[in-house]
Amino acid sequence: MSKHVVLVEDETNIAEAIRFLLGREGWRVQTLANGATAVEVIRKAVPDLVMLDVMLPGKSGFEILKELRADTAFADLPILMLTARGQSRDRDIAQDAGVSRFMTKPFSNEEMLSAVRDLTASGTADA
Amino acid sequence: MVSLNQLIAVCLLYVIGLFAVAFAAERAAVRGHGNWLLRSPLVYTLSLSIYCTAWTFYGAVGYAARSGLEFVTIYLGPSIVMIGWWWILRRLVRIGRSHRVTSVADLISSRYGKSNLLAILVTTMAVIGVTPYIALQLQSVTLSLSIFASAENGVVPGADPINSAQAAFWVAVGLTLFTVLFGTRNLNVNERHHGVVIAIAVEAVVKLLALLAVGIFVVWGLAGGIDEALAQIDRSALGHWQVEGGRWVALTLLAAAAFICLPRMFQVLVVENDDERHLQIASWAFPLYLMLMSLFVVPIAVVGLDLLPEGSNPDLFVLSLPLSQGQSNLAMFAFLGGFSSATSMVIVATLALSTMVSNHIVMPIWLAYGQNTVQQSGDVRHVVILSRRLSILLIISLGYFYYRLSGGGGALAAIGTISFGGVAQFLPALLGGIFWRGATRIGAVTGLCVGFALWIFTMLLPSFGPGAALSAATFEQGLFGIAWLRPEALFGVRGLDPTVHAVIWSLSLNTLSFILASLFSFPSPVERLQGAQFVNIFDHSSPARGWTASVAASEDLMIMAQRILGAPEAQAFFRAQARLQEKSEGLPEPTPRFVQALERELAASVGAATAHAMVAQLVGGASVSVQDLLAVADESAQMLEYSSQLEIKSRALTDTAAKLRRANEKLTHLSHQKDSFLSQISHELRTPMTSIRSFSEILRDAKGLNPEEKTRYASIIHSETIRLTRLLDDLLDLSVLENGEVTLNRQSGTLQELLDRAITTAGAAATRSVVIDRDRNSENIQLETDLDRLGQVFINLITNAQKYCGADQPELKIRARLIDGCVEVDMIDNGTGIEPASRDLIFEKFSRVPGQGGEGAGLGLAICREIITRLQGTINYMPDVPGTGFRIRLPQTHSVQETKPKILMDQA
Repeated sequence: MSKHVVLVEDETNIAEAIRFLLGREGWRVQTLANGATAVEVIRKAVPDLVMLDVMLPGKSGFEILKELRADTAFADLPILMLTARGQSRDRDIAQDAGVSRFMTKPFSNEEMLSAVRDLTASGTADA
Repeated sequence: MVSLNQLIAVCLLYVIGLFAVAFAAERAAVRGHGNWLLRSPLVYTLSLSIYCTAWTFYGAVGYAARSGLEFVTIYLGPSIVMIGWWWILRRLVRIGRSHRVTSVADLISSRYGKSNLLAILVTTMAVIGVTPYIALQLQSVTLSLSIFASAENGVVPGADPINSAQAAFWVAVGLTLFTVLFGTRNLNVNERHHGVVIAIAVEAVVKLLALLAVGIFVVWGLAGGIDEALAQIDRSALGHWQVEGGRWVALTLLAAAAFICLPRMFQVLVVENDDERHLQIASWAFPLYLMLMSLFVVPIAVVGLDLLPEGSNPDLFVLSLPLSQGQSNLAMFAFLGGFSSATSMVIVATLALSTMVSNHIVMPIWLAYGQNTVQQSGDVRHVVILSRRLSILLIISLGYFYYRLSGGGGALAAIGTISFGGVAQFLPALLGGIFWRGATRIGAVTGLCVGFALWIFTMLLPSFGPGAALSAATFEQGLFGIAWLRPEALFGVRGLDPTVHAVIWSLSLNTLSFILASLFSFPSPVERLQGAQFVNIFDHSSPARGWTASVAASEDLMIMAQRILGAPEAQAFFRAQARLQEKSEGLPEPTPRFVQALERELAASVGAATAHAMVAQLVGGASVSVQDLLAVADESAQMLEYSSQLEIKSRALTDTAAKLRRANEKLTHLSHQKDSFLSQISHELRTPMTSIRSFSEILRDAKGLNPEEKTRYASIIHSETIRLTRLLDDLLDLSVLENGEVTLNRQSGTLQELLDRAITTAGAAATRSVVIDRDRNSENIQLETDLDRLGQVFINLITNAQKYCGADQPELKIRARLIDGCVEVDMIDNGTGIEPASRDLIFEKFSRVPGQGGEGAGLGLAICREIITRLQGTINYMPDVPGTGFRIRLPQTHSVQETKPKILMDQA
């Protein structure tokens, strides 16, 4: 069974690029453009990985992260955050909220893929 | 021989001449010319000669003929006062000048706490006291006329050649007219009478020359030289008159007192005084004048007694001697001299009295019963002048009636002495007021009443003769049959000369009761203050202080209050107090209640203890001087000044701190804005670059991409590059607009064409079409502005509608109108509109309406607003329309002047 990732990203072009890259790695990519419904969708889907943009319509990535981490079922879920706002303050907020990995846009494809691999590998090791 | 008609003609000419002199002097005074003369000590000295009336001119000779050298006493008294000017007159003049005293009544009332009662009392007494004196002048003029008439008609001396009652009447009428014309011609109520003073000076010269001329004629023409004259005097009874010590002292004292207290003397001595130094010169010049006036009195009397028939009136020797010798011109000159003496006295005396009557009796009554018209100054002046004229009429009428009552037969000197006795009653209150701080109002009133009553009983009423005012029985057995109340032998003291008797009793009891009542009464605060000021006049006042005597007391308190409370507060307080006292204007009366309120008010500023000390001084009379009080007031004022300066500084510091705080807030806010702006820019740049980088890496690294995929990914890269470029363009555009560096390019065209172009441009780039609803007719408006920039705004708005209108069939309504040279364009779509919370933000940079997606950077509306501002217009969200609507309003013609660059920090 292929691994499942939920991608929350409102920029369609970026979402398409990630879908293409992860798709080639064998991931099943579920894309969401709106933050408002994200938590609900993720609860239902119970994915192997969540990729979160920070600036989202409806609900910000930080809020989604906090809500997920508040739920014990998702305490260990690998969450990769991508943000176009590169300030260290954002990184700190994300770390405090319990992010698994924080990446600044633009990223190199290889870098992103290796991060995904790292996160899921450790996840499988635990499982 | 001089006929009566000639005489009257000469008199009229003389009067007209006097008028001319007075008029010229007043004109000169107004223009400021001739001050060397008008304000010279010579004129001042000559004006003092008002003391020498017809009594002196005619009466002195009569006096000498009757009583020998005793006539000298009436010259001696004033001479002593003048020579001793340093003690009394200097003080009086200083007080009069610094308190702007208008009369002797004003001075006394002002000293005793501005007492209206005292003013009325003194005025009434002065009028009654001076009445015999005026009668004396009438009598002398009438007598002199009758001498001429008898000489003309050849009637035996002693018989009545003319109807003297009638003559006196016409003389009185003439004098009234003369005085009214002279003294109340101009309306300057408070000014000095330069014209009158100069006229008096001229008259002084005339009467002196006339008397000297007669004297010279008598000594050298009749007696045959000085030696002969002296020999003749030695031979006459006059040389052997016994000098009665008691009478001499009493009469000298009386004359000295009268010299100070007579209203007319007070007028010329104090009120008309221009310079205190004049007093110094007059102190020797005036006695000299008196000496010259008395020089030939004895020779004339002796020669007259010798040459003229038995029974001739010695009071008229000055006239009858030259007449009997056929020297009609000399007689005429002598007549003019006597006329001068009489007229000048009547003019000044009635002027002074009428001022007192109108100021202290008529005006208070008029003001009390006619409050509503007080504000109209013209009205008051009119009333003042009228009341003065009526007072003049009244005073001269009284004189006339006295003349008629007394029978017109008394010796001139005897009548004069009665007047002297009356006004001398002011002396204790006057001198006590300026030398003794313990003198009180009650004391003054008591003394004046006692003295005046005694004067009336012992001098005035007996002067009408037994059976006239007082019955013969009263003379014999005393009032109500009480023996010790006989008018000429009070308390059973007999054997005294009636005059000495009256003077001694009235003045001594006056003084005694004044002192006793003063000691046993308590002065009001104002009396205390005024008393201190009058007694210590040389410590407290400069010669010309701008005070009005009528409100001096309250003025004083006011000055003190102003120094402590500050002028506006003090004035407001005094006004409020005046209202409480139901006074429609002016300062409040210094009632105890007011003083207490003042103390409370002062306590708020200087502390209760100091305020109490100050008021205690006014009320209780500690040894602190008014000067000390003023010094305390000054110190307090300074401290208040410092403290208020400190307050101002601390307020300034607080202001500065607040400004700095605001500036800091602003800077912090700006710093946040900058951070968020950078963060936004970063986001807007990184987002397209993420796609570009990702897809370019895919294109580079991924194997086995089909051609469609390659093309698709390349076109994504392409569109994202365009997006980046557009973003950079917008940012640069906005930066240029915000910094005001944009150059506007004024073009002309119609709104219609401009909208056509904008719709075409926007439509070409549109992803979905919007139905545009226009009213082309209304768009036919000629514009003179930067059309490219305005077009950019339209394109932005149309594009926004295309992108964000939420309706299924998007529609954009465009309406235009021209109002007062302003073009108004509304663009309203049929979407859902913008949430009220977001409406304020839409024009900010990078603001995007939540929930509406889209790839814009959120700079469009910010740019629109900047452009419209540059075009001197406004762009606003229309809250009241369905859907999203914007209203642009800008002037049809862009004015040339360059708009200022936007300043980020409005206030530093």
